Amino acid sequence: MNDDLVKLTIDGIEVDVPKGTLVVDAAKKIHVDIPVFCYHPKLEPVGMCRMCLVEIGLPMRDRGTGELLLDDDGSPKLNFGRGLQTGCTVRVSEGMVVRTTTEPVKEVREDVISFLLSSHPLDCPICDKGGECPLQNLTMEYGPGVSQMDYSLKMHNEKQVPLGDLIYLDRERCIQCARCIRFQEEIVDDPVIQFHNRGRALEIVTMSEPGFDSYWSGNTTDICPVGALTSSDFRFGARPWELTPVPSLSPHSPAGANIVMSTRREAKSGGRSVIKRIVPRQNEWVNEIWISDRDRFVHHFADAPDRLQKPLIRKNGELTEVSWDEALDLVAEKLQAHSTAVAGLSGDRLSNEDLYAFQHLFRRGLGSNNLDLANRRLAGGDVTAQVGLASGSNLQDLGAGDAILVVASDLHEEEPIWWLRVKQASERGATLVVLNLRPTRLDKYADYVFRYAPGEAIVTVRQLVNAAKVETDTAVDQLTAAADTLIKANNLVAFYGYEGLTYTETDTLAKLLANLLLLKNEDKAHAGQINSGLIPVWPHNNSQGAWDMGIHPALAAGYQPVEASGMDAATIYEAVHNGGLKALYVMGADPVGDGRMPNRGQLDFLVVQELFLTETAKLADVVLPAQSWAEREGTFTSGERRVQRYYQAISPLGECRPDWQIAAQIGERLDMGKPAFAASLLFRDLAKVVPQYKGMDYRSLAKVAEQWPLVGGDDVYYGGTSYKNEAGLGQQWAAAAETDEVGLFEVADGDTAVTTNLPLVRIAALYTPGTLINHTPMLADRLAAPTLHLYADDAQIIGLQDGGETVIQVNGRSLSVQVCVNGHAPAGLALLSGVPWFPGMAEFEIL
Amino acid sequence: MAYILLRHRDIENLHKLDVYREHGGYEALQKAIDEYTPAEVIDIVKASQLRGRGGAGFPTGLKWSFIPKGPGEKYITINSDESEMGTFKDRELLEYNPHQVIEGALIAAYAVGAPQIYNYMRGEFMDIGYHFEEAILECYAAGLLGENILGSDFSCDMSAYYGAGAYICGEETALLNSLMGELGQPWAKPPFPAIEGLYFKPTVVNNTETLANVPPIITNGAEWYTSMGTEKSKGPKIVCLSGHINKPGNYEIVMGMTFRELLFSGEYGGGIPNGKEFKGLLPSGGSGPVITADALDAPISYEGLDVYGSVMGSASVVVMDETVDMVWAAMKMEHFFKHESCGKCTPCREGTYWMDQLLHRIYEGEGTLQDLDVLKSVANRIGGRTLCALGDFAINPVLGTVRHFSNEYEAKIKK
Repeated sequence: MNDDLVKLTIDGIEVDVPKGTLVVDAAKKIHVDIPVFCYHPKLEPVGMCRMCLVEIGLPMRDRGTGELLLDDDGSPKLNFGRGLQTGCTVRVSEGMVVRTTTEPVKEVREDVISFLLSSHPLDCPICDKGGECPLQNLTMEYGPGVSQMDYSLKMHNEKQVPLGDLIYLDRERCIQCARCIRFQEEIVDDPVIQFHNRGRALEIVTMSEPGFDSYWSGNTTDICPVGALTSSDFRFGARPWELTPVPSLSPHSPAGANIVMSTRREAKSGGRSVIKRIVPRQNEWVNEIWISDRDRFVHHFADAPDRLQKPLIRKNGELTEVSWDEALDLVAEKLQAHSTAVAGLSGDRLSNEDLYAFQHLFRRGLGSNNLDLANRRLAGGDVTAQVGLASGSNLQDLGAGDAILVVASDLHEEEPIWWLRVKQASERGATLVVLNLRPTRLDKYADYVFRYAPGEAIVTVRQLVNAAKVETDTAVDQLTAAADTLIKANNLVAFYGYEGLTYTETDTLAKLLANLLLLKNEDKAHAGQINSGLIPVWPHNNSQGAWDMGIHPALAAGYQPVEASGMDAATIYEAVHNGGLKALYVMGADPVGDGRMPNRGQLDFLVVQELFLTETAKLADVVLPAQSWAEREGTFTSGERRVQRYYQAISPLGECRPDWQIAAQIGERLDMGKPAFAASLLFRDLAKVVPQYKGMDYRSLAKVAEQWPLVGGDDVYYGGTSYKNEAGLGQQWAAAAETDEVGLFEVADGDTAVTTNLPLVRIAALYTPGTLINHTPMLADRLAAPTLHLYADDAQIIGLQDGGETVIQVNGRSLSVQVCVNGHAPAGLALLSGVPWFPGMAEFEIL
Repeated sequence: MAYILLRHRDIENLHKLDVYREHGGYEALQKAIDEYTPAEVIDIVKASQLRGRGGAGFPTGLKWSFIPKGPGEKYITINSDESEMGTFKDRELLEYNPHQVIEGALIAAYAVGAPQIYNYMRGEFMDIGYHFEEAILECYAAGLLGENILGSDFSCDMSAYYGAGAYICGEETALLNSLMGELGQPWAKPPFPAIEGLYFKPTVVNNTETLANVPPIITNGAEWYTSMGTEKSKGPKIVCLSGHINKPGNYEIVMGMTFRELLFSGEYGGGIPNGKEFKGLLPSGGSGPVITADALDAPISYEGLDVYGSVMGSASVVVMDETVDMVWAAMKMEHFFKHESCGKCTPCREGTYWMDQLLHRIYEGEGTLQDLDVLKSVANRIGGRTLCALGDFAINPVLGTVRHFSNEYEAKIKK
């Protein structure tokens, strides 16, 4: 018998569940429904709503001998206590008997429903939750059918209370279950909403300024068991039963957050189907059932009125609408004509299919390796391919005895999902070590926090790795102690980012951390072991895919080295400027708007493939309108190297085409053969070329497994309105270390020299302006404004004050910034947020 | 009989430490520390059969024995949230005999090994609380609080805390939440405070009057204590007498005295004023069902009212004469419970509101027979299903008055 399992009987059915399981969850496992309102499987139980009251009997024992007392028929005597007990707070025990269908249980359910309805408004016909409402469903299932409440006695409350600009509260509908309050406190540690007052006047209020100030606020609308919390996005937008759920992925999340887009055909959009809302899709390996507000509300760019809809060619200096054939012919002709001086720059938000087709066009069609990400920030994709987080890993499994290292990254701003999962691992007992230039929101949960001085990131990490090499019993300092914990941990996950680092430095960083993972402790290295490995904190949702697909001057698809390396992004920009390049093809990126490329330099031909007329597109000779991710299907690969599918949600806008198709149609004109008929077929082709993707296809990516907790469908009362994953959990590809011996990486010496006494580092903000987010009006107020963070003494020296505004000159551009002196910046370092990324440390001057 | 609890009524200025010590003050603490191990102190209190005076009557020694042994963070919390309708006994102790409460709490702290005591007082006791805080300061100055109390190894601190004035904070877990700065709402037990209480550490929550009983028990022994009272209710009890009575006030009695003696003896209540007839009384403020003349010969004890379907509770006796409209009385009490329900659990939050609405309607002559049925049914649907005991108390005004005075309800029903 397994000691960790407990046997109990629920409604006559015997069930074995792990020790510590709550009665409601045990029942759920055998599909016995114990209805709940306040209980949620991801939250600590509170036993408030009383809906889950059931009969719970425990076997009686003789007080002297401890022997079980038996009835006349030989069955154990049971003690059912004095009354019903809340199934959500009682944990299972051996021999327990639970009855959920008896008269007293039925009565209490009916009564709790009656009580709730006694003050709940009858506005289901206009309520956003109507149709997927736990209160509505449970009323139909367990309610009395007739009301004893005289309608005139009902209490009336405010119906439109904005808690913040994203979330509205209907005080009348609230049933005071505290799920939202508990979510904010227990899960995401933003306790910005609270109960106020008492009794029937108990109400939810926000304690923050601005109201409901949290990156996670939208999740409360999913778990609200009534229509009390609604988002300003979906409020009065549609009835749930009119919506078509389409499984998708966040177009921003490098962790690969799974979402569902609810779409509806609308007369006001000319019969087009439009995205009405985004809700989480369960993937316990990725985002569980949570998504950040950015991932939830950003979709509006897909329907933005200024989307490009037709190909444009510059004629007489003006961009003029033309046919696809005309545009594609011209592009093919120009690229071929300049094939010795051609380059391609891509964004990393596009799908694997797009990126593969793009590099295929360059390598096979044009014979060029001049390929890179327009904004390449973070190196180490090749290192990750060797020692990345092993396939089959789940950050949820990290806990006591494990360790997580985070270097040069502010996870809360860069990828909230990873921040959440690291925080939770730390709360489960994992040792968290954080190395950064400055304080971040992860420090609070860390066991060790190290701050390195500007320019000393690499030297500090090297010290840490060297310390880990030395067997020690008595740690001489904190760094040695941390290193010792890391090397001795059962599992070790290392996140690394790019804050304040150059591309070359991030390469060194990745290799140093790889060597840490490859270090052997008692003949065992972490690399290649399940729940251990390296995770790059990629800047975009598919940066990993860009590496995998070969958007790299030296590495073709599948990390295969090319014979002669092409130009990297920096060299390409240089060549654009000095005439070394004649033609440039930019796909899904805005190097001009991002300040990477001041103008089109000496280019003869510039083609830009985009959703919007970006600063780069405005300078182009040809502009090709691409479909957004919502208009077609494809795959993204997360930083944990999980390849996942997204599906088409809405019909294509205007004449827009998928990026992969455009690239392939250009290729067709370069005698590369017919384009694939569908993304799925292109994926099948690329899976033959990319060894890591071998065996994957759209069917294997769509495989699902039962996940706990059960959510979706009729279980809205239990898990909330997040969607059950029926469309695929994705597949993690195996890092080399899982199967092969991987040798230590050669790491070059040398650390950055700091050239200025107050260097400037760009830091991330969740709502940093960008091509997608700039076209999402509902997040406009949240867009991070350019802000210069200074240490108090530094601010004083250069004569700036908190709250003031100034203009600075940085990287040759002048920029209006707000000044912030609130303790975020360490002494001797200036931080700049709300601006496009720039590498490493910059000098700046006040204009 | 000499007072055991209300000793200040015999001894002037007993609230001052020197006076208290002149009259044997803190000798019980000295004795406990000098002569008994902590476990022996718990045994003595167990043997005395002292039960909680806040109303629930849980055996005090048993409560102390649940606290895990050994060193560690533990707390004694004095429940001075006294908020029950017609209850005013703890305030008299706090104001005039504070050292007996402090001494009792210190003995409790010694017995369970708690290094910290909090006195949680209702916010309205601010003025009394300031006097009580002076008593705490006197103790610190005299080495009765702080490090090495009375020269022993026993160290303990104490501070006073004021609630914001909520009835629910008399419930022990709501009290602890409030003390931690959280919203004053109870939590679902388990965990019980003895295992996870204040700041998730083992905590004893004792009523003020309960702790005032402890020093005389240590001084005089358990046998002395059990010689007083009834079979299940030992020792003295302060009864708060109010309402239609000639001599309202606090009375210290030995449990077992009848309600009749309390109301009509010249030594106690002195009868109903203005020659009016007795109609009923509330034995434990609003939270126990009303009793009528047939129960007047019942003993005042934890078990005495069992057969009459009521409880002694905190012994807050509110007397009502023949002029009282029982529907009005129920309405007033229900309004109180509606106002004081914390709102955390559904039946209490919604049910008290509903009952309050119905009672107003009936009282105003607008109610129907159906309203009366619904009123009873709502009350029955709350009982036994709420998160804490407030829900069970809140139905007693309705169930008690309906049981004995249904004719008064029917008379108000709209014809």
